[in-house]
Amino acid sequence: MAQFPNKDHILVLGFAAVILLMPLWLQPFGAGYPDLLQKFAIFGLFAIGFNILFGMTGYLSFGHAAFIGIGSYTALWSFKLFSMNALLAIVFAMAVTGVFALLIGFIALRRSGIYFSILTLAFAQMCYNLAYSVLTPITNGETGLQLEQADPRIFDSAPVGDGLPLPDLFGMGLTGYNGFYFCAVVLIIGFYISVRLVRSPFGMMLKAVKSNQNRMKYTGLNTRPYLLSAFVISGIYAGLAGALMVVIDPLAGAERMQWTASGEVVLMTILGGAGTLLGPMIGAAVIKYCENIFSAFNQGVLNDIFGFLPDGIQGAWVSFAGLFVGSGWHLTLGVLFMLIVIFLPGGAMEGFQRLADWISARVGKATASKSKLNEQEGAE
Amino acid sequence: MLNQSEDVLVVEGVNKNFGGLKALDDVNIRIRDGSVHAIIGPNGAGKSTFLNCLVGRLIPDTGSVVYYGRDGAHSLSGLPPHRINQMGISRVFQTPEVFNDLNLLENAMIPAFAHNDGAFSLNAWGGVVSRGEVREEAEHILEDIGLADKKEMVAGSLSRGDKRRLELAMCLVQKPKLLLLDEPTAGMARADTNNTIDLLKKIGERGISKVIIEHDMHVVFSLATRISVLARGHIIAEGTPEEIKGDPRVQEAYLGGAEV
Repeated sequence: MAQFPNKDHILVLGFAAVILLMPLWLQPFGAGYPDLLQKFAIFGLFAIGFNILFGMTGYLSFGHAAFIGIGSYTALWSFKLFSMNALLAIVFAMAVTGVFALLIGFIALRRSGIYFSILTLAFAQMCYNLAYSVLTPITNGETGLQLEQADPRIFDSAPVGDGLPLPDLFGMGLTGYNGFYFCAVVLIIGFYISVRLVRSPFGMMLKAVKSNQNRMKYTGLNTRPYLLSAFVISGIYAGLAGALMVVIDPLAGAERMQWTASGEVVLMTILGGAGTLLGPMIGAAVIKYCENIFSAFNQGVLNDIFGFLPDGIQGAWVSFAGLFVGSGWHLTLGVLFMLIVIFLPGGAMEGFQRLADWISARVGKATASKSKLNEQEGAE
Repeated sequence: MLNQSEDVLVVEGVNKNFGGLKALDDVNIRIRDGSVHAIIGPNGAGKSTFLNCLVGRLIPDTGSVVYYGRDGAHSLSGLPPHRINQMGISRVFQTPEVFNDLNLLENAMIPAFAHNDGAFSLNAWGGVVSRGEVREEAEHILEDIGLADKKEMVAGSLSRGDKRRLELAMCLVQKPKLLLLDEPTAGMARADTNNTIDLLKKIGERGISKVIIEHDMHVVFSLATRISVLARGHIIAEGTPEEIKGDPRVQEAYLGGAEV
């Protein structure tokens, strides 16, 4: 084995510390409340899993929301039929999503590039429409699937009280901060696994396939099983994220399988930096944070912000800015995305890298000129 | 009939048509074990088609391609490229194909992993020991080939000549029995060409048989122990370099009567 405190262990430990302390350090940003923190953790997990496929192999799936939905429905059915135990539900969800991912991946991976993307999109839309209409007995269609008092829950012996039961972890409730810490622990485990995958020979093969699939074929590697496993693993991550959504809020609707949700994870991954370890998590947090901030703005807030302007101009500014906030915040997201793709194709991680290079160059220059100065002084 | 164990590859009666075009017309070639066999011919003679039939990119319409590997005879027609590579046949491309986004060390390690676990292995947690060995092996080969000082560089930043060296290193890591080279010096400056020739001579000491598709007569006559001449899908002559040099049919078909 490699020696214990190597670079990756430090990375994972640092990641764990940052995630677990989010309630503290996000407080000043107005994001330190459980609802949003749970979203960070869940979508972070989704994006990290998506990155295993897209970031490492370059195969752009436009249908990962289907796995979110499948995970959600499975977890909810596990609550309804078996037990309110969250662990059981997520294990079930991962298994079922894995099977679906295997089937969809097996077919979609017969093609690459844009054709692969279109195939995954088609599958996701099929899943969405099935869930929305045909499979109503399983998914409860438009209304969404929810818990009911009359559910069998064959492993739960305790009778249900008046209200609906809530998901728990061996008796511990999972609402509020408990829910966040549960998701955070799952996220950290997911992150650790992704680091291990990236560093393993398996990960190296995926990177090689991304870099030059043609060379790989003539280098003795059957690329299909590698791609398929990457697809299934990332599908399972998505299913897990879907299950966590249901653990936090036991309700599953078809709308979370829509193509916009698939598109969102692509944005998150690219925004943060596709193919990097931390990028997807950063992208997910940034998008969910902005969504939260911008969609909360309304006419009144805007009027306050532009209050210092003369009346006529203020009105114009408010109606212009109004396009970008509230329900129109996707416009802001679009602009942000365009800027990133044009100026920072490597996402936020490339931004950090450039910043670090710039600083080290400046520091280097400063020390270099200083030492030169010293030399001159010495010479005199 | 010749003693089969002397051959590493036997191609018999191979035909390949593209629509109405006969790209390969009843091609018979025996590649002796340990030889450097050059296949020359004018443009459009079918050299690349022939190579593609050996590596699994194309399937011959008729005829057989039999490879005598370390574990006996195998028919290659219809096998996918990765299976053929697993049997001990490596190739380099006309334009060097390397993993441009990865560093040289990774480039050299990947073929070894692919060779070991080509069938499939997730290997996310295991393989730490073999990984160290593979790394050592890769470093060793990079050193042999003269790229050790660049091993942390990204392969995409290499010159064409260095990419070719790297590609050869990637083949050697797999310890092939047969190496197929598609115009290994195409597009190279004279100095790079000579370096590549020296390198290929050095590789020859490892006892790897080679098939070289080549345009450049300087390369062919510096390396080849046997030459086959392909013209319009036909083998029109075969022999030692001296025999080929003196063959009037070759001069006419390929060299246009000019002196070599």
